[in-house]
Amino acid sequence: MTSDIAAILGIDGIATGAVYALVAIGTVLIFTVTRVIFIPFGDIAAFTALTLAALDAKRFPGTGALVVILACLATLIEILSLLRAGEFRLLPRALAFYLVLPLAVVGAAWLTMRLDPPLAVRLVLALMLIMPISPLLDRIVFRPIADGTVLLLLTVSVALHFALVGLGLLFFGPEGVRTEPLTSLSTEFAGVLISGQTMLIVIAALVFSGLLYLFFDYTLVGKSLRATAVNRTGSRLMGIRPARAGTIAYLLGSLMAGVSGILIAPVNTVFYDSGFLIGLKAFVGAIVGGMTSYPGAVIGAVGVGILESFASFESSALKDVIVFSLLIPILIWRSLASLHSEEEIEE
Amino acid sequence: MTRFQIQLAALAAVVCLAAAPFVLSPFSITLMNYIGIYSLVAIGLALLTGVGGIVSFGQAAFVGVAAYATAWVSALNGQSPWLGLLFGVVLTCGVATILGVVTLRLQGHFLSLSTVAWGLAIGFLFGNVEGLGRFNGIASIPPISLGPYALVTSSQIYFLIWGIVAAVLVLGYNLLDSRLGRAMRALRGGNTLVESLGINAFRIKLATFVIAAFLASLSGWLYAHLSRFISPGPFDAGMGIEYLMMSMVGGAGSLLGGVVGAAIVTLLKNSVQDYLPLIAKGASGQLEIVAFSALFILFLQWARQGIVPFVARYLPKAKRERPQPAPPLPRRSQPKPGELLLKVDGAERRFGGLIAVNNVSFDVRSGEILAVIGPNGAGKSTMFNCLTGALRVNKGDIVFAGRPITRDPQARIAKAGIARTFQHVKLRPRMSLLENVMLGTYARTRTGLFAGAFRLNQREEASARHEALMQLERVGLGDKPFELAGNLPLGNQRILEIARALAADPALLVLDEPAAGLRRQEKLRLAELLRSLRADHLTILIVEHDMEFVMSLVDRIVVLDFGSKLCEGPPSAIRSDERVQEAYLGGVA
Repeated sequence: MTSDIAAILGIDGIATGAVYALVAIGTVLIFTVTRVIFIPFGDIAAFTALTLAALDAKRFPGTGALVVILACLATLIEILSLLRAGEFRLLPRALAFYLVLPLAVVGAAWLTMRLDPPLAVRLVLALMLIMPISPLLDRIVFRPIADGTVLLLLTVSVALHFALVGLGLLFFGPEGVRTEPLTSLSTEFAGVLISGQTMLIVIAALVFSGLLYLFFDYTLVGKSLRATAVNRTGSRLMGIRPARAGTIAYLLGSLMAGVSGILIAPVNTVFYDSGFLIGLKAFVGAIVGGMTSYPGAVIGAVGVGILESFASFESSALKDVIVFSLLIPILIWRSLASLHSEEEIEE
Repeated sequence: MTRFQIQLAALAAVVCLAAAPFVLSPFSITLMNYIGIYSLVAIGLALLTGVGGIVSFGQAAFVGVAAYATAWVSALNGQSPWLGLLFGVVLTCGVATILGVVTLRLQGHFLSLSTVAWGLAIGFLFGNVEGLGRFNGIASIPPISLGPYALVTSSQIYFLIWGIVAAVLVLGYNLLDSRLGRAMRALRGGNTLVESLGINAFRIKLATFVIAAFLASLSGWLYAHLSRFISPGPFDAGMGIEYLMMSMVGGAGSLLGGVVGAAIVTLLKNSVQDYLPLIAKGASGQLEIVAFSALFILFLQWARQGIVPFVARYLPKAKRERPQPAPPLPRRSQPKPGELLLKVDGAERRFGGLIAVNNVSFDVRSGEILAVIGPNGAGKSTMFNCLTGALRVNKGDIVFAGRPITRDPQARIAKAGIARTFQHVKLRPRMSLLENVMLGTYARTRTGLFAGAFRLNQREEASARHEALMQLERVGLGDKPFELAGNLPLGNQRILEIARALAADPALLVLDEPAAGLRRQEKLRLAELLRSLRADHLTILIVEHDMEFVMSLVDRIVVLDFGSKLCEGPPSAIRSDERVQEAYLGGVA
C-alpha cells in the first residue's frame, strides 16, 4: 500500500466515520436519557435517504403513510392509558401531540410537494417526515417498559429493528437509491483529491456535535436531559418528566440520524435494510465512548470508519467480520474500565 | 403430583410423539422435525439465559458453525455424517470455549452486546468464505445413515430428532437437580453470592455457555442433514433473536419451555405465512417479519414470564418426600477452642483519597463470638468485605487458620472455611429452603457435570440433602423444607442464610449486620440461635450496628471509628469507654 492509497483510504474512512459519528451521538443520547440501546437509528438514517430519493423523484415517500399509522397507534395507546389512569383533562394535549402534530407535518409535506420545491426545501421535508418516527415508536414500544432492565430494553430494541426492516421494504420497496450529490465542488489537499461531499459530511458532523454540546451546556432543556440521564428518580422529583426528556432525546437523535442518512445517500447506494449495518457500526463507536461520552463516541465512530475503509481495501468480503470481531476487545476494555456495582438480574 | 404421575405424563407424551408419524401428514411431520431442531437451541438458551442470566443473541452462529462443519465433512469431502457430527460438536464447543473465556467476564449488557458482535462476525463469515459456497451455500448434503438405513424421508429422521430432544430434556433436568445445576441456578443471584459459596462463578458460566453451544451444534448437525442444503440465511442475526424469542415465549428458565416456545413460534410463523397473503396480497414476506417482531415486542411488554411457568401455576404441586438419613458428608478438622483462628494485621483499604479502613488489627480466637461495631461510615462493611475477599486490602495481612488469605479470591476464602451471610439477604427466592441450604454444601461435594446429568452420584446427593435438612432443623426451619425461600419473612430469611453458611461446615461464621431490619422477637430468636452455635464450639464474627443485640450476646467487641480501631474489649468495658460514647453520641455534653 502506497502512502497515496493510504491517504485516500484515510479520507474515505473519515467521511464514513463522520456519518457513523452522527448516528453514534444519537445512540449515546438515547442511551443516557432512556437506557435504551436504540439499534434502529441506522434504519432511521436509511429511511431518510429513501425519503429524500422519493422526494427527488417527485413521488410522495412511504414515510408519510408510516408516520400516519404510527401516530394513530401511539394516540390509541396514549388515550387508553390516560383513560385507565382517569386523567381526562390531559386528553386534548395528548391528541394534539400524538395525532394532530404528526398529521400536520405529513400534510404540510404533502402540500409543499405539489409546489415542486428546490433541493434545500426537500432536505427539510425529508427530515421533518423522519423526525416523528422515533418519538412515536418510543411511545408505542418503550414507554410501557421504561423501567425494565437494560437487557430487556435491548432485546425489544433488536426486535424493533427487524420490524422496521420489514416496514421499510413495505413502504419503500426493494430498490436501492443514490441521491444526487449536494455539491460538486472538490479540492486538493496535500496531493489528494477531496470531494465536496466528503468535506460536507465532516463539516456537518462537526457542526451538529458542536450544536449538541451548546444545547447540553447552555440551555435548560439540555440540562434537564442530562439530569434525567444521571438519575431518573431524582430528576422526576425536580419536576422533570423523564417521558418528555425521552421524547426530546428521540427527536434530536432522529435529527442526527436523518442528517447522516442525507449525507450518505449520494456516496453509497442505500437500500431499505442498509440501516442495520450503519446502526451497528455507529453503535460500535458509541461503545468506545462507554455509551456515555459524546467525544468518545465520535472518536470511536471515526475509528470504525477508518478501520472499515482499510479493511475493505484488504478484503472487501471480510470487512464486516473484521469490524465486529474488533468489538469484542473494545467491550472487554470498556467493561474493565467501568467499575459498576453488581447488577441484579431480574428474577 | 407424585413422582409416579409425572412419569405417567412423560410416558403419555413419549407415546404421542412416537405415534405422530403414523397419524399426521408428511407436512406436519416436517414441521415437527423443525420444531425439534429449534427446540434443542431453545433448551440451550433456557439454560444460558433463563437459568444462568446470560442473554445471548448469537446462538444461531453456533448452529451455523456445526451445520457448515458437517456439510464440509459430508458434502464437500464425502465422509460420513457421523464424522461430521463429531467435527461439528468439537469445533462448536471449541469456538464457544474460546469466546466464553474471552467474554464471560464482561458484565450485564456488555456481555449480551458481545454476543451480538460475535454472532454477526461469525454470521458474515459463512457468506464470505470461498470454500463454503459463499451466498449460494452448500447443496447435496447426504442424509444421516443408521447402519444400512439412510434417514431420507422426514418421518425417518423424525425419530432421531425427537429421541435426541427427549434425551436432552431428561439429562438437562437431571443436571439442574444436581450440584452443578444448583450452582447454575445461583448465578442470577450475582457473583458475590456465588463466590461466597466457594463456587467459581466464571467456570460455572463457561460450562453453561458451552453446554448451550453444544446443544446448538446438535441442532445444526440435524438441520444440515434434514434440509440437505445450507446457506448463510438461517444462521444470521435475525435467527439468533428468533431462538431467544422461542426460549422466552416458552418461559425462560424452563427447559420444557424451550420445546413449547419452539413449537409456538414455528407454528405461529407457519400460520402467519398462511394467512397474511389473505390480508395483504403481494406483501406477505415483509409483513411476516413485522407481524412477528410486533408479537414479540407485545410479549416482552406484557407476558415476560413465558407460557410454561404460567401454566405450571395451575398444575398440582409435586409432592416430595423428606430426605432420608444418609451417611454424613466429610467434615473439616475444626481448630481447638481458644486457638488463634483469624489474625488481621495492619489492614488498610483506600478508595481514591478516602481511607475507609486505616491500620486495623485484631484477632479472633476459636470458640468466641466477636463483634465489630462502630457508627455509620466507620469502615465496618469495608472491613467485612476485605475479610471475605470481596475487596482486597491495600496494605496489611489477613491470616486465617495459619494461612495467609490476604490475596485470595472469594471462592478460595470460602473453601478455606469462612462462611458468610449478607446484610441485604441474598437467597434464591425461586428455590426451596432445602435447595438453598444445599448450595452451602457445594464445596464439600464433588459431583461433576456428567455424574450429575446421568445421576451417577446419588449417594453423595442423598448425603447433601440430609446434611441440608439437618442444618435447617438446627436453625429451626426444618418443618417446611420444600417451601420457596422467597415466601419466608425477613427474619427467617436471615436464619436461612445462616443455615446455608452452616452447611459449608465453616470454621468461622461471619455475619454482616444480621439484626438489621429485624423485629424484637426475631432478634431474640437470632441471638438464641447464635448462642447455641457457640455452644457447639463454632467461632462467629459479627459486624453489627445494633448495640443492644451485640452487648448481651458477644464475648469481645472491636470498635471502629472513621476507619481506625478505637478500642477492643469485653462488652462491659466497651460500654463504659468514654471514647466509644463520644463516637456514638457525639461527646458527653
